[in-house]
Amino acid sequence: MSELRDIEEKQYAVTIDVNGARRTASVEARKLLVHLLRDDLGLTGTHVGCDTSQCGACTVDIDGQAVKSCTVLAVMADGSSITTIEGLAPGGSALHPVQAAFHEHHALQCGFCTPGMIMAVRQLLKQNKNPTESEIRHQLAGNICRCTGYTNIVRAVQSLASEAHRHD
Amino acid sequence: MIEAIATRYVGQPLRRREDFKFVTGKGRYTDDIKAAGMLHMAVLRSPHAHANIRQIDLTAAKAARGVRLVLSGADLAGKIGSIVPNWIIPGTQVPDRPVVAIHRVRFVGECVALVIAETQAMAHDAIGLIDVDYETLPSVIDEEAAIRDGAPQLHDNVPNNITTVYKIGGGDYGKAAREADQIITLRVANNRLIPTCMETRSILAEPDVDGTLTLYLQSQVPHMHRRWIADTVGISEHRLRIVAPDIGGGFGAKMHLYPEELLCPYLARILGAPVKWWESRSESHQSTNHGRAHTETLEIAFRNDGKILGLKVETLGNVGAFLSNMASGGPTVNTINFGTGAYKIEHYQARSRVVVTNTVPVDAYRGYGRPEGAYIAERAIDAVARHLNIDQVAVRQRNFIQRADFPYKPYNGPAVMYDSGNYEGCLAKAMEAFNYEARSSERDQLRTKGRYRGIGVAAYTHMCGMAPSRRLALLGFNRGGWESARVSVDSGGRVTIFSGSMSQGHGHVTALAQIAADVLQIPIEDIDVVQGDTRQVQAGHGTFNSRSMAVGGSGVHVSSSRVVAKAKKIAASMLEVDEADVSYLAGQFSIPGTDIAPLTFGTVARMAYVGHKLPDGMEPGLDETVFYDPKGMGAPSGIHMAYVDVDPETGIVEILDYVAVDDAGTIINPLLAAGQIHGGVVQGIAQALYEEVSYDPDTGQLMTGSLLDYAVPRAEHVPSIRSLFQETPSPTNPIGVKGIGESGSIAAPPCMVHAVLDALSPFGIKHLDMPMTPPRVWSAIRNARAGAGQ
Repeated sequence: MSELRDIEEKQYAVTIDVNGARRTASVEARKLLVHLLRDDLGLTGTHVGCDTSQCGACTVDIDGQAVKSCTVLAVMADGSSITTIEGLAPGGSALHPVQAAFHEHHALQCGFCTPGMIMAVRQLLKQNKNPTESEIRHQLAGNICRCTGYTNIVRAVQSLASEAHRHD
Repeated sequence: MIEAIATRYVGQPLRRREDFKFVTGKGRYTDDIKAAGMLHMAVLRSPHAHANIRQIDLTAAKAARGVRLVLSGADLAGKIGSIVPNWIIPGTQVPDRPVVAIHRVRFVGECVALVIAETQAMAHDAIGLIDVDYETLPSVIDEEAAIRDGAPQLHDNVPNNITTVYKIGGGDYGKAAREADQIITLRVANNRLIPTCMETRSILAEPDVDGTLTLYLQSQVPHMHRRWIADTVGISEHRLRIVAPDIGGGFGAKMHLYPEELLCPYLARILGAPVKWWESRSESHQSTNHGRAHTETLEIAFRNDGKILGLKVETLGNVGAFLSNMASGGPTVNTINFGTGAYKIEHYQARSRVVVTNTVPVDAYRGYGRPEGAYIAERAIDAVARHLNIDQVAVRQRNFIQRADFPYKPYNGPAVMYDSGNYEGCLAKAMEAFNYEARSSERDQLRTKGRYRGIGVAAYTHMCGMAPSRRLALLGFNRGGWESARVSVDSGGRVTIFSGSMSQGHGHVTALAQIAADVLQIPIEDIDVVQGDTRQVQAGHGTFNSRSMAVGGSGVHVSSSRVVAKAKKIAASMLEVDEADVSYLAGQFSIPGTDIAPLTFGTVARMAYVGHKLPDGMEPGLDETVFYDPKGMGAPSGIHMAYVDVDPETGIVEILDYVAVDDAGTIINPLLAAGQIHGGVVQGIAQALYEEVSYDPDTGQLMTGSLLDYAVPRAEHVPSIRSLFQETPSPTNPIGVKGIGESGSIAAPPCMVHAVLDALSPFGIKHLDMPMTPPRVWSAIRNARAGAGQ
């Protein structure tokens, strides 16, 4: 019991690069990365929608890879470089193409899944510049949206896919 | 200087003005809000479906690190009132529901004790140290089992576990049965669902030194929540401020009164510190209300030409362990009143019994009762078509309420009135978009090659925006049916709308501004919309029952019209002409046929506040508030069609196409309206194919306790939905709108069931219950094949 208490109370220093800025925090070993981002760093655009890593609302980019930040302990992220939704169009700059496409195609309603969905789409398009509808649907299986029925999310991604193709 | 507008906004697919904050991560949801010195609450929940609480030992929890307060139900007795429903059908026995259980628990997930600690983790750690001694009792989770003799009884004042018996009907079913060529019976189940808003519930209660209390709450109904919480916790309503920030989906689940919504403000007050509670997803599955959970028995009397003469319905609505807010109304008024659907069934006899069980309370979920009602009508008509081997379109045409029949009172009963509609028009549009004839041929051809394709058809109608207020009194509500809208013009001519409706992703900031911009004839950029703060918005009911455009939008229309009327009077006074000579067009007050220089809306607004040249007796200001109480209700309707492929070897249903033609009257914004249909249809498909809350029948344990076990569809499980509209304006309100939000989840379940049954018709399968999961479909095929082989 006392050993457990020691582990619970011990704090670890974590340094990460978030959206281009170096950030340091002191965390318990059990703290998840998503809670570090939300509670310690104030980046509340990353959301928590479940507790079993099903919903994908907490998806962020860690070292170039879209990752559900509820599956990573904060201490494991030490030294990594992270981009959150707040980092896609920093300081009121023009929207990232995925953000703009979501707006144009009404691919969001309540907006809760949106940041994670956008981060997942960004990864999808990085890997496959011109995905088919079924590829889009399959690759977004890790992100749940309850409002849109996915129809307009798929449309938004398709609009980017064909555009990416045009620019190739 | 405000520029004139050239366009009409209503009807345009405007992109949403609220999107930017959401796509950039700047949305502000309740759990994003922090207060200095904030404490955290965690709740200990019952692990048993039914048990007596012998003893609770809080000692270890109280001594745990960071803990400020630990309380059991007994500690709270007499300090917070019980949770009382706000809709009670006359004759209902209301069981007492303490905020935290005392002596006895009645469902897995019921609050048993709570901890307040410095961090959320500490609060949860301490919850684990509470020791409760339970004496388990026999439990019952199924509504049919709960009313049998000898079933475990939940509440002393609810004999046989039935809180409410409600009857409705018209004509003479007995006569219809005698005159019918045939009668068939059908038992249908409406599976229990979890609404699954992506944002789970969370609450922050922040007391102020002056005695006021601010409650950040994901409420679809901020002003109603204010009254309920004030009444129950004992705060006066004017000192309780509800702030509903951005809400991550509601679907009905966030319009009730939950224990945590009473605990947080109560505890914040006694501790003098902000108290936050956040619900984990697994916790949500056992603490946030479920939806549906009905069993219906239908008796259908019909002629051999497919005409239904009479329908008899017996409904059992499972409402869980207690009556939540509207629980006595959902399986009764909201369901069986609508059991005849889009059809002229003149002889109708229906009875609904509301049943308590040892399960999570059941209340509104997208459509609340209307999906269940439409399912009755649709499964009945499909059964007739299947029995007589008549085409599913033809059988509907034979029974439809005709265009000339509106306004139509189904079964000549007292409670329902469909204001308008054109079902044949929707049907023709759907058949064309779906390519019904070609698809039917394709299905028939593929059938000869051993492929099982099916076409599903469903029609629906219902009523939205329950009103007027005096009608709600007759039904047992303790609230009204109006909505409040204030249109406040500043002294430069810019406008803020304060609306009692409450968006949970609907896009009201865009849609309500479209309505106002057309009436005020100013650019939409000059109009802001404020919702969800009881200290800013004067009054309201909120967003549910597909009412926000029909009632809230009409209110905005009326108050905007009053603004224009007053501005016109001021303009006339400024121009020293008769008011009747003033024309208002595109933001300009002018005197046609003269060379008098026009006045802009902004100039007139300035004068309204300066007050120098107002007509005699007019109060200054340009600011109009209405409490809009509709004279009647609009009835949306529609036809949905689905095309599926069923793999007989696996039982997997693949949806090849889905077409929705919906008539919601005037469409304010087709982009947003289609979005509502897409989402609603997918929730309906989810009910039909994937989702079902499962309880262990012996222990009452919740088997679908997390998103690992409860099958919310992912993108790959559903098709792109094709949404089309027909616009038959409602005569019941000034803008002709009906309602859109619930239509998809009403139409899709029967549509999907009919598609799968059509695909399986070669096997002679006439009924399947939802969800039509692969094992269920596969078993039905296997059983049918075995039966055929015997």
